[in-house]
Amino acid sequence: MSSADIYREIILDYYRNPRNFGKLERYDIDARDTNPLCGDEIEMQIRVGEGRKIEEIKFSGKGCAISQASASMLTELAKGKELDWVKQFSKEDVFKMLGNPDLGPSRVKCALLGMKVLKTGVYGYLGAHYEDTDSDPMV
Amino acid sequence: MLKTETLDIEKIRGDFPILKRRVHGKKLVYLDNAATTQKPQAVIDALVDFYSRYNSNVHRSVHTLGEEATAAYESSREKAARFVGASAKDLVFVRGTTEATNLVRFSWGEKNVEKGDLLVTTLMEHHSNIVPWQLLARSKGATLKFVGLQPDGTLDMGSYEELLKESPKLVAVTHCSNVLGTINDVSSICRKARDAGATTVVDGAQSVPHLPVDVGSVGSDFFAYSGHKMLGPTGIGALVAKKSLLSDMEPFQSGGEMIKEVFLDHSTWNDTPYKFEAGTVNIADAIGLGAAVDYLTSIGMEKVRDHEVHLLDYALETLPTVKGFRAYGPPGSSNRGGVISFNLADVHPHDLATILDEEGIAIRSGHHCAQPLMRWLDVAATSRVSFHVYNSYDDIDALKAGLEKAGAIFRI
Repeated sequence: MSSADIYREIILDYYRNPRNFGKLERYDIDARDTNPLCGDEIEMQIRVGEGRKIEEIKFSGKGCAISQASASMLTELAKGKELDWVKQFSKEDVFKMLGNPDLGPSRVKCALLGMKVLKTGVYGYLGAHYEDTDSDPMV
Repeated sequence: MLKTETLDIEKIRGDFPILKRRVHGKKLVYLDNAATTQKPQAVIDALVDFYSRYNSNVHRSVHTLGEEATAAYESSREKAARFVGASAKDLVFVRGTTEATNLVRFSWGEKNVEKGDLLVTTLMEHHSNIVPWQLLARSKGATLKFVGLQPDGTLDMGSYEELLKESPKLVAVTHCSNVLGTINDVSSICRKARDAGATTVVDGAQSVPHLPVDVGSVGSDFFAYSGHKMLGPTGIGALVAKKSLLSDMEPFQSGGEMIKEVFLDHSTWNDTPYKFEAGTVNIADAIGLGAAVDYLTSIGMEKVRDHEVHLLDYALETLPTVKGFRAYGPPGSSNRGGVISFNLADVHPHDLATILDEEGIAIRSGHHCAQPLMRWLDVAATSRVSFHVYNSYDDIDALKAGLEKAGAIFRI
């Protein structure tokens, strides 16, 4: 693992200038979770538009560069997509989005927190339950 | 800055096999001692010796192995007690400080705390000296209040004295903060609490491993510490309390070992401290703790403390020259343990820990099981370095270089 590889310019940019950061006045989905290891917190709010599309999405919270950049990038990807897109979005997609950094096992959870919150919210809206099998609770 | 050396650090480092290890190809720089310390060969040998030569259950085995195991276990109780100026009959072996505070919560608290009572702890406590009292307050309908802090990270004694006017039933305080390093004047705190009629609990998890401690001078009713933070094994620690207090308390866990006689309708309890050691005890780790006490005693706790003060002075002078470095806690080393919590500009502590790990440097990052204190500091998390006797000036120089590297990566 190389930290220069993890903390590339783009990650630092999203950490310091997060896109889609804040809260929505009107929203249909609101989900929040924390990563007890880092104390990372992510909340996501989504307004669902026609054709069950993600019309507006914002995230808020605090935490390490990886968790915040990952959540911010994810909101950019998700905006305009249909809710079903969220269901097929995988952890491999998160790693790809981050430029495939070689994260150690304890930091993978930071990278995946945003996806976990997004999926929890969308699954709940669709009347389903998201079972998180990606972030190993033992790590 | 003068690098005062009062100990033969190279010799001491040679006693710790793990320090030869390399991490990511770099020499291990272990600065996470407030979480747990490394073990000298003497402690590792004591564990191996027990399991390979005289492993047996204690107290009721008549055979040779059983007698040897009992003698070694009880001799460790003597050592663990004497190390803090206590008598062996006043020392209960527990898993660690957390089990000790929970024991007090159940065995003392359930019997003595009543609806409407006040319990007092402080804002700088580890969760293990907050949550048991929250639960006790909840189960009894009592109230839990917190002594506040002053801006320099010391206790606000004014707010403490105000709380004492409300005649608390219990005062629970840490001897040394695991985040700020603040060494509290526990003698004075306990004396004032006693005058107000309160029972006192002192958390010695961060003091006993690093300074000479005498429970008689501390003057608390209960005093707890953990073995693994003082070069001993995990899973063993001590609760020290006067025999008269222990005798008056209800059992904690029940079953074998803690009983005197069992009938179908009732049982009678073993004498203290055995009344509180239900089931097969942690024999090997107690013996390992005895070996850790021997090791620390052979160096001398005054010298351990002096060494850590020198490292602390050096670190508090050199690290702030790193751009963006901000330390928390009392200034200077006189009433501060070998702990520095800090932040580096806007670098999140977990990102910093990842970058330092790549340099072989192990630090702690997060809330350090002290979330109320994090809120008081108005930070989500901090990075923390903490020393023990085997740390060197080189370790601090390596840390400084690592912080500079992190600063460069984050373009501070």
